Amino acid sequence: METPLIEFQNVTKRFGSRTILDGVDLEIYEGHITTIIGKSGTGKSVLLKHIIGLLSPEEGTIMFRGKPIDSLKKNEWDTYRNQISYMFQHNALFDSMTVYDNVALPLQQTTNLSKDEIESRVMARIEQTELTEVVYKYPSELSGGMQKRVALSRALVTDPTIVLFDEPTTGQDPIRKNAILAMIAEYQRRLGFTAILISHEIPDVFFISNRILALYDGKIVFQGTADELDSFQHPFKDEVIQSLEGFQEELTGLYSKRHFKVRYQSDLSRKSREETYAVALFTLEDLETIGNNLGHTTAQEIIRALGAYIDKHFGSVGGFSTRHSINEFVTVLPYSDLDEAGRILKDFAKDFQDQGIHSIESVAQDSMDSAESIEFTIFAGLAQGKPFVEMESVIEFAKFRQEEIARFQCELRR
Amino acid sequence: MPTNSNDQKPGENEIIQQPGTPITRPFAALGRKAIGWVDNLGAATIFLAKAVLMIFRPKQIPGIIQQVYYIGAKSITIIMLVGFFTGMVLGLQSYHALVKFGAQGALGTLVALSLIRELGPVLTAIMITARAGSAMTAEIGIQRISEQIDALDTMRIDPLRFLISPRIAASIISFPLLTALFDLIGILGGYLSGVVLLGVNAGTYFHRVQSSVEMKDITDGFIKALVFAVIVTTVCCYQGYFTHTRTDSYGAKGVSLSTTSAVVLSCVLILVSDYVVTSFLI
Repeated sequence: METPLIEFQNVTKRFGSRTILDGVDLEIYEGHITTIIGKSGTGKSVLLKHIIGLLSPEEGTIMFRGKPIDSLKKNEWDTYRNQISYMFQHNALFDSMTVYDNVALPLQQTTNLSKDEIESRVMARIEQTELTEVVYKYPSELSGGMQKRVALSRALVTDPTIVLFDEPTTGQDPIRKNAILAMIAEYQRRLGFTAILISHEIPDVFFISNRILALYDGKIVFQGTADELDSFQHPFKDEVIQSLEGFQEELTGLYSKRHFKVRYQSDLSRKSREETYAVALFTLEDLETIGNNLGHTTAQEIIRALGAYIDKHFGSVGGFSTRHSINEFVTVLPYSDLDEAGRILKDFAKDFQDQGIHSIESVAQDSMDSAESIEFTIFAGLAQGKPFVEMESVIEFAKFRQEEIARFQCELRR
Repeated sequence: MPTNSNDQKPGENEIIQQPGTPITRPFAALGRKAIGWVDNLGAATIFLAKAVLMIFRPKQIPGIIQQVYYIGAKSITIIMLVGFFTGMVLGLQSYHALVKFGAQGALGTLVALSLIRELGPVLTAIMITARAGSAMTAEIGIQRISEQIDALDTMRIDPLRFLISPRIAASIISFPLLTALFDLIGILGGYLSGVVLLGVNAGTYFHRVQSSVEMKDITDGFIKALVFAVIVTTVCCYQGYFTHTRTDSYGAKGVSLSTTSAVVLSCVLILVSDYVVTSFLI
């Protein structure tokens, strides 16, 4: 069995008479994105501060690669700490320093890199986080969202192997929230670090997380994948998940996953065992390339535009949709068989080529330089389901049958 | 209405049992105060020692230069203004005292020695405390409550090295220089009131200044300036750095109380240490 990168064994932390962490047991695995969810004020940030050593537990042990961190020798501790970067909930930016100086600070103070090397690394991160225009401004001159991105740049500038994100998307609009989450996911894939997030962005954060930890009443009551969380029965789910997960998905305006399931079950409960329905799965390919070339914000705007178009088109024929993953949408057509669904999809593809493309093109072209061009493809697949068949298996089948329905090559027209 | 335990501050609703009898309790409280004071003194000494050692770490020069600018260069105007009027009032008062004995020719001696030995170092230190010391406490305190100091820790940047050491080094450089400036401008202020306004002979004034001031007076003044530099910077930085440990107030209010404490304590310690240092030097 894989040794956890970080493990808490019966960790207890008290502030005065108040117990914040009450015998916490958890495992965090290398190379994963692990998200800690829980109500506000339940000790999620306290938990994160224990990992980096800003706080120490009263009882219990924190292990790093199977070794208690309080028994690490000085050089081992230094090595451990040098691998970790922390993005604070309230950013903790130095308000008397410019954006550039804030991002450059860890490199200037802890490395012997040349000035040019520091500049190139800092500017690379600043460009990736779309802060080029405010590089010489002070944090107080920036919006909350921009400050968040400065903190993100600073956390990633040292190329850490473990990054702790304390509510990285607080105060952002839905597009920026998803752009930041997509950015974290992309960096995590590219740089291979282990990410530990605290987030309330349900379900958006589930799309990028390998594992979810649920903190409730000072204890970790759930550890597992987002799918496993669906079948988890605990008061935590009513109090936290359902209160945080709205009726609609914030970015696209489609049903949230939970409400999509409720609608699905309610519609199918009226059908007999032999009646059928159709499921369509849409995938926007090359999302990462779009993010790299046009910026993550534009990538999320394209996702939003595609979601809106799917909703408009299929909603008018009785269908309902949700975002299935970071770049996939699922639509259920409860009153259509496969043939009819095929015709609707064909209409959709034609309509989309004729009209839908313009909304996506206009979003994309706003972010393109004159020399750039970008190509991306939309795939769709159909499958037929029956009320007693698991929806996930129908979706899997739709995925298997996916074929290209639209390809966009965007070039800047001047 | 039942209260939500999440809204309670740590320790709230606890019944604190005071030990001892009503007669011994005041002594116990006094003892706790004394222990707390000694604790703080020890912690401040360790704080100072660590910060002084870290002055000699690499990458400190830019920070020190920046702090010399804030503590030293930006205090020049106020030091000149205060020094000038101190010299003037000293000249005015001393003239009227000396003229009773027909000794107004000794005005230069009185003004110069008063300034160089006592008033220069003390008033300079108090003015820098008011201008730069309070700013140090407020800035470091705000950095503490807004987690900027924790952020330094997470970036493996020692907050003492980054925030405190440059300020101590800059104060050690700036205090004696500003004291010298204060003395010089004060002597010119004494000249204006004594010579230009009250008619003391200019040659006599400067001759008495030159003949009465010895090198020891100047070095003693500088020694005092150095002692005050260390005291003021340590007190002001310490108060800001540990503002979050205050039990009487939190957040912005805590920072304001820390700033007030820093200024008051610095001024008191300047005067107390002035007596102690003078008694050793005289």
